[in-house]
Amino acid sequence: MYSRFLRSLTNSPTLIVMVGLPARGKTYISKKLSRYLNWIGVPTKVFNLGQYRREAVQSYKNFEFFRPDNEEAMQIRRACATNALEDVVIYFSKEHGQVAVFDATNTTRERRISIVSFSKEKGYKVFFVESICDDPNIIAQNITEVKVSSPDYVNCDKDEAQADFLKRIECYKQTYVPLDDEKDRHLSYIKIFNVGSRYLVNRVQDHIQSRIVYYLMNIHVTPRSIFLSRHGESELNLLGRIGGDSGLSPRGHKYATALGGFIKGQHIKDLKVWTSHMKRTIQTAEHLGIPYEQWKALNEIDAGVCEELTYEDIQENHPEEFALRDQDKYRYRYPKGESYEDLVHRLEPVIMELERQENVLVVCHQAVMRCLLAYLLDKTADELPYLKCPLHTVLKLTPVAYGCRVEHICLNIEAVNTHRERPGNVDITRNPEEALKTIPDHF
Amino acid sequence: MELPNMEYMMRRRCDSAASVPQFTNSPTLIVMVGLPARGKTYISKKLTRYLNWIGVPTKVFNLGQYRREVQSYKSFEFFRPDNEEAMQIRKACASNALKDVVIYFSKEHGQVAVFDATNTTRERRVSIVSFAKEKGYKVFFVESICDDPDIIAQNIADVKVSSPDYLNCDKEEALADFLKRIECYKQTYVPLDDEKDRRLSYIKIFNVGSRYLVNCVRDHIQSRIVYYLMNIHVTPRSIYLSRHGESNMNLLGRIGGDSGLSPRGHKYATALGTFIKSQHIKDLKVWTSHMKRTIQTAEHLGIPYEQWKALNEIDAGVCEEMTYEEIQDNHPEEFALRDQDKYRYRYPKGESYEDLVHRLEPVIMELERQENVLVVCHQAVMRCLLAYLLDKTSDELPYLKCPLHTALKLTPVAYGCKVEHVFLNIEAVNTHRERPGNVDVSRDPEEALKTIPDHF
Repeated sequence: MYSRFLRSLTNSPTLIVMVGLPARGKTYISKKLSRYLNWIGVPTKVFNLGQYRREAVQSYKNFEFFRPDNEEAMQIRRACATNALEDVVIYFSKEHGQVAVFDATNTTRERRISIVSFSKEKGYKVFFVESICDDPNIIAQNITEVKVSSPDYVNCDKDEAQADFLKRIECYKQTYVPLDDEKDRHLSYIKIFNVGSRYLVNRVQDHIQSRIVYYLMNIHVTPRSIFLSRHGESELNLLGRIGGDSGLSPRGHKYATALGGFIKGQHIKDLKVWTSHMKRTIQTAEHLGIPYEQWKALNEIDAGVCEELTYEDIQENHPEEFALRDQDKYRYRYPKGESYEDLVHRLEPVIMELERQENVLVVCHQAVMRCLLAYLLDKTADELPYLKCPLHTVLKLTPVAYGCRVEHICLNIEAVNTHRERPGNVDITRNPEEALKTIPDHF
Repeated sequence: MELPNMEYMMRRRCDSAASVPQFTNSPTLIVMVGLPARGKTYISKKLTRYLNWIGVPTKVFNLGQYRREVQSYKSFEFFRPDNEEAMQIRKACASNALKDVVIYFSKEHGQVAVFDATNTTRERRVSIVSFAKEKGYKVFFVESICDDPDIIAQNIADVKVSSPDYLNCDKEEALADFLKRIECYKQTYVPLDDEKDRRLSYIKIFNVGSRYLVNCVRDHIQSRIVYYLMNIHVTPRSIYLSRHGESNMNLLGRIGGDSGLSPRGHKYATALGTFIKSQHIKDLKVWTSHMKRTIQTAEHLGIPYEQWKALNEIDAGVCEEMTYEEIQDNHPEEFALRDQDKYRYRYPKGESYEDLVHRLEPVIMELERQENVLVVCHQAVMRCLLAYLLDKTSDELPYLKCPLHTALKLTPVAYGCKVEHVFLNIEAVNTHRERPGNVDVSRDPEEALKTIPDHF
C-alpha cells in the first residue's frame, strides 16, 4: 500500500512548525496541508496555539495581551505552547500520528530553538514553514476574511476588530526574527514569500518533506471554482451494472446538453474541462462545446472480476467478497481490481494539478468523484466511500476562508440512483436478502 | 457503437505525467546559468532525460559544442573578457544555437529546449529573454551556485579534464588551465538578482541542493521541473534492477497473471540474496511489486522490503495469462497492432507501455531521492525503468533485453550510468520476443509467431 510505504519512510514523526506574523496565512496553510496529507494517507493533525490560548484565557480583551512586555500574558502563552507540544507527543506516541502541524507565530529565535531541542530530544524531525508577506492588500484581505469573524472578536464590530488586530500584529513585529539564511542554515525549512511568488527551500531531509514542499509550491489563493460532475447516465447504469465502458443513455445525453447550458450560463473565465478515458465521460464533455483533456487517472475504479456485474450477480458469484467489501469499503480491493485507497493514490497527480489550476470542470465517475470530494471537503477514509454523488447533479466548490463552499445543482433530468448504503449486516455469513437490502433499483 | 482501439489512442489525451498539452502551448526555453564546473551540463542532460521519458520532447543545446565546431581550443585566453575576436565568435555561436532552438520548436515538435551555457552576464540573459518573448517561448532559468572548492575540484576531475578541449594535455595542465578559465568568467559574472530579476521565472540551486530559491513558477511543466531538480542528488550510490525469479507462468509461456516462482525461480532468489550480501551494500532499500513472484523473490533476501503497486507488471487486459499462440488465435488483429506500435499500443482493458511510464513516474522520483536501492520487478516495468536510467527512446524501450535471472547494477558516472550485467547462473526460460518482420494485420500466423520464445 502506498500509504504504508509513506508511513515506513517517515519512521520518525515530523513536526511542521509554522512561522510568521499574524494574518500571513499560517492557519490556512496548516489546514490545507493537513487535509492533503491525511487524504494521501499520512495521519496529520493541526495544533493551533490560538485555540489553546482561548481555552486558557477564556475571554479575549484586546491586543494588550500580546504586548511583549506583558509578563503575565507571556507566562500563559508559554504554558499554552507547552501544553500544545505535550499533546503533540500524545498524538505521535499514542494516536498513531505521523505529522503534527504546530500552528503558531513562532516568531522569535528563542521559541524556535526550544522547539528544535524538544524535537531532538523526542526523535522528531522538524520542518519549518515560514510565511512572509509585506503586501498590505493581502494582509487586509486576510484580516477581513478570517480574523474579524474569529472567536476573539465575537462582540466587536468590524472596524474595532480590524483596528485591534493591526495593533496585535505590531506587538509581534517588535520581536519578530525571520529564519536566517546564515544562522539557520542547518534547519530544514521553506520560506514562502507573498503568497507564493517566491520560495526559499533549505535542507529537505526526506520524502515527506519533499512532498510537502511540492504541495506548498503548487497551491494558490486566486479565487476560482471547481465543478464536479459525473458522466451522464450510462447504458450500464440503467441495467444496474457496475464498471464497464458503455455509452450514455438517452437521458444521459439530455443531461450532457443541460450541463453545457448550465456551464455557459455560469460565464466562467478560462474554464478547463477534464474527463477520463471512458466513453461516458467523453460523450458528456462532447456536448459542452469546449475543448477537454482526457486523464486516464480519472477512470472509474476497476472492479476487477466484478466488472459489468449487477450487485445481484456479485452476491451470487462472490458473496464473500461482497461482504468483505462492506466491512471495509475504503481498503477493500476487488480481485484483479482496485480499492478506493488505490484510487486516491492514482488521483493524487490530478489533485496536484487541480491545485495549480483555476476554474476547472471535472467530468468523472462515482468512486472517483467521492475521492476528489473527500479531498476538497476534508472527509475521512471511513466517510469517503459513502459520499453521495448522484447522477445528473453538478457540484460547484468555491474555496472560502479555511474551507470550501459547496453548491449542489440538480439539472432536472431523471436518472437512476447508483448509491448503495452500507447494509446492516456485513458478516460473510449473512444471507442474500441482507446483502442486497440497500441496492438501488435498476431495469 | 464500438470505437476501435487505435482511434481511441489518437484522441487528445493528457496524463499528468505526460503533461504534454495537445493544444498548442508555448514551448519552454530552459536557460542554464552559472560558472564553469557548476554542474550545468549534468543538470541539463539529466533533466532532458527525465522530460523525454515522461513524454515531453526535450533537447539540450550545449554552447561548448557549438564553439568547438568553430574553433579548436588552445587555452583559457579564449575566454578572457577583453578578447574581442573570441567574443565575436562566442556571440555567433550563441546565435546559432538559438536558431537551432527555433528549428527544434517549429519544425521538430520540440516542447522544451535546454540552453546549456554559462549565461553569466545580465546582458546575455536580457537578450535571451527578448528573443524568447519575440518568439512566444516561455523562459525558465536554472542557476547553479557553488562555492565549495571540493565539489568544484571533483567536477573538474570527473568531466573537464577528459573534455575534447584538453585532448592533448596532461591532467595537471588541463586542471590549471580550466581554473584560469573559471577566473575569466568570474570577472563578469552577475548572478540572478532577487530584486532586479523578480519577474523572471527561475530556480537557484545552492551547493548541489542544500538550498533552493524558486521564483515565479508559471506553469505545470516548470513546477514539475522544480520538483525534479529538488529531488535529484549526486551522492554516489548504485541502483540494482532484477526481475522476479522464473515463475510458473513463465515456464508455460503465458504472459501476466500472478503466479508463484518455479523451483528454478526459487534458486535464483537464493542466489540473488547471496549476491546482494557479497556486495556489502550500505543501507540497501529493497522494493517489490504487489505480485507474488516479486514478493517471493524478495523473501529470500532476508532484508526488509517495500511493496509498490506501481511496480506491478503491465496489465495485459483481455490477454492476461494467455500464450502468444493463444493471442494470435483469439486476437490476431490486436497482436499485429501491438507489433506496429508496441510503446503506445494498449491491450483491451489493459495498459500500454506509455501508461506504464506514467504510473512509474513516482517510483523514478523516489529512486532519485534514495541512495542504494534494489528493485525486484517485471519485464515491461524493468524496460521502462532501464529506459529512464539509460536514456533510451520510446521506440527502443519495449524491446530492451531484460532476461530472467540477471541482475543489473547501475552506477551513475559522469553524465551517464555505468551498467554491469550479473547473470547468476541459474537457468531460466527466455521471455523476450523480438519484433517480427511482418507486422501487417493481414499477416499469417507463422509470421506472427516467428519470434516467440520457447516454452513448455
